[in-house]
Amino acid sequence: MNLFADAIAWLLDPANWGGPSGISARLLQHLAVSAVVLVIAAVIALPIGGLIGHTGRGKQLAVMVSGGLRALPTLGVLTLFGLWLGIGLRAPVLALVILAIPPLLAGAYAGFESVDRRTVDAARAMGMRETQIVGKVELPIGLPIVVGGIRSAALQVIATAMLAAYLADVGLGRFIFEGLKTRDYAQMLGASLLVILLALVVDGAFALLQRLVTPTGVRLARSARTGTEPARKRTPARRTITEGNPV
Amino acid sequence: MIEFRGVTKQYPDGTVAVGGVDLVVPPRTTTVLVGTSGSGKTTLLRMINRMVDPTDGAVLIDGTDVATVDPVRLRRSIGYVMQNSGLLPHRTVLDNVMTVPLLKGTRRQTARARAMELLETVGLDASLAQKYPAQLSGGQQQRVGVARGLAADPNILLMDEPFGAVDPLVRQELQQELRRLQRELGKTVVFVTHDIDEAFLLGDQVVLLRTGGRVVQSGEPAEFLASPADDFVSGFVGADRGRRRLRLEEVGGRRVVVDEDGRPAGVLEP
Repeated sequence: MNLFADAIAWLLDPANWGGPSGISARLLQHLAVSAVVLVIAAVIALPIGGLIGHTGRGKQLAVMVSGGLRALPTLGVLTLFGLWLGIGLRAPVLALVILAIPPLLAGAYAGFESVDRRTVDAARAMGMRETQIVGKVELPIGLPIVVGGIRSAALQVIATAMLAAYLADVGLGRFIFEGLKTRDYAQMLGASLLVILLALVVDGAFALLQRLVTPTGVRLARSARTGTEPARKRTPARRTITEGNPV
Repeated sequence: MIEFRGVTKQYPDGTVAVGGVDLVVPPRTTTVLVGTSGSGKTTLLRMINRMVDPTDGAVLIDGTDVATVDPVRLRRSIGYVMQNSGLLPHRTVLDNVMTVPLLKGTRRQTARARAMELLETVGLDASLAQKYPAQLSGGQQQRVGVARGLAADPNILLMDEPFGAVDPLVRQELQQELRRLQRELGKTVVFVTHDIDEAFLLGDQVVLLRTGGRVVQSGEPAEFLASPADDFVSGFVGADRGRRRLRLEEVGGRRVVVDEDGRPAGVLEP
C-alpha cells in the first residue's frame, strides 16, 4: 500500500509534470504516437475491411492474416524492427501498426457485413451506384461497428505504446524503463496508473462516439427486435379506399 | 412493352434458372409470374432491370435491348418493390420515398412534395413521413415500398412477392389497393408470386412457370381454369380440387354456387 501511496504522490507532485521529460510532455507524446499509429493503420485496414465486407470476398484470407498478426508478440516484432531500422520511432510505430491492423480490419468488415444483404440489394435495384451503396447505405449503417474496431485498436495501441520508449525517448513508457533502471517503483507504478487512466478515458470517448454515430432508425430497429419498443401501431387505411376493399 | 426473347439463365454450376423464355408483357397491364420456388420467376423479373443478366437471349423494353442500357440508369427508370420492403433502416419514411428522385437529380423540394403526395396515394398518413421503417407495421412498410417504387414516376413497376411477408388480412387489403392504384396509374406491372389466387386476382395476364424456368402456360386467368395446358397446370391452379369445381344449387328460389363438398361459394347474379 505504501508503494501505491508513493505512486500517487509521484503523480501529484507538480515538479514531475513540467519540462521536456515531464509527465505532461510524455503524455502528449504518448497520445501523439498512438494517434499516428491509428491513422496509419486505419488508412491501410479500413478500406480493405470495407471492401471485404462490401464484396463478401476475401474474408477467409483476412481472418487468416489478422489471426496471424494477432499471434505476433509485439515486443519480439519491435526488437526485430529495431535491429533492422535502428533506434528511433520508426520501429515502434511499425510494430504498433501491425498490432492495430487486426481489430480495425475486423471492425470494418464486420460493420459492412452487418448490413442486411436485402437492404443492399434493394439499394442496388433502385439504381444506386456501388460507391453510393457504400457511402449512403453500408457505411452509415455499419459505422458503429467500424468505430468499435477503432475503439479496440486504440485501447491496445495506447496500452502497448509504452514499448515505444524501448527504442525512442518518447511516451509514458520512458518512466517505466527509467524507473526499472533506477529502481524507482513509485514512478513505474505512477506511469502505469496514468496509462490505465488514459486508456479508460479514450475508451470512454470512443464509446460515446459509437453511440453518436448510430443512426436513429438503426437503433429503433435494434430495440424493436429485442422487444423493448412499445407495441407497434397500425393506422387504419385511408377511408377513400373502402370502395375497393373486400366486402 | 417488355419482351423476352429466348431468355436463358444458366449458372456456372450448370443450374438452369430460366430456360428459353419467350414472353411479351403488354404495356399498362399487370402480368403475374407465378410458380413454385426454383421456377425462375424472380430471376426473370430481375432481368428486366438488369439485376440479373441472361446468359442467352435478350430482354427488350419498347424495342431496346436492356443489355445496351447502363444498368444504373435503367434501374432508376424502373420501380422496384420487394418482399421485405427493402427500406433503408437509417432513413425516415419520407427520405426513403425520395431516394430515387434525389438520385436522378430532382430538386429536394420537388421530391419532397411528390413523396408526400405518394404517401397519401398509397394510403399512409402524413404523420408517418418522419418515422423510421422500424416504427411501422409490416403492411405500412410495404405501402412505403410501393410509394418508393412509384416515386420517380416509372412506366414499369416490378414487384417481387411484395405481399408475401404480411398477414392474410393485410395482404388482402394491399392487393385491393394495388388494383385501385393500377386502375388510377396504369403502369406496366410485372408481379411475382407463388400464390395462384393472388395471380388470378391481380393479373391481366398470368404466366405459370415450373422448375427450370420454363413457361407452362400463359394467358388470361380464366383460361387456366377453362383449358389448363396439362396436369401440372390443373394441379397448380387447383382445378382438380374441390374448391375450384363449382356447381349450382337451387336454394330458396335463388341459384347458389357451391363447391364439390356443397360448401357455398357465392350467389349467381340473374
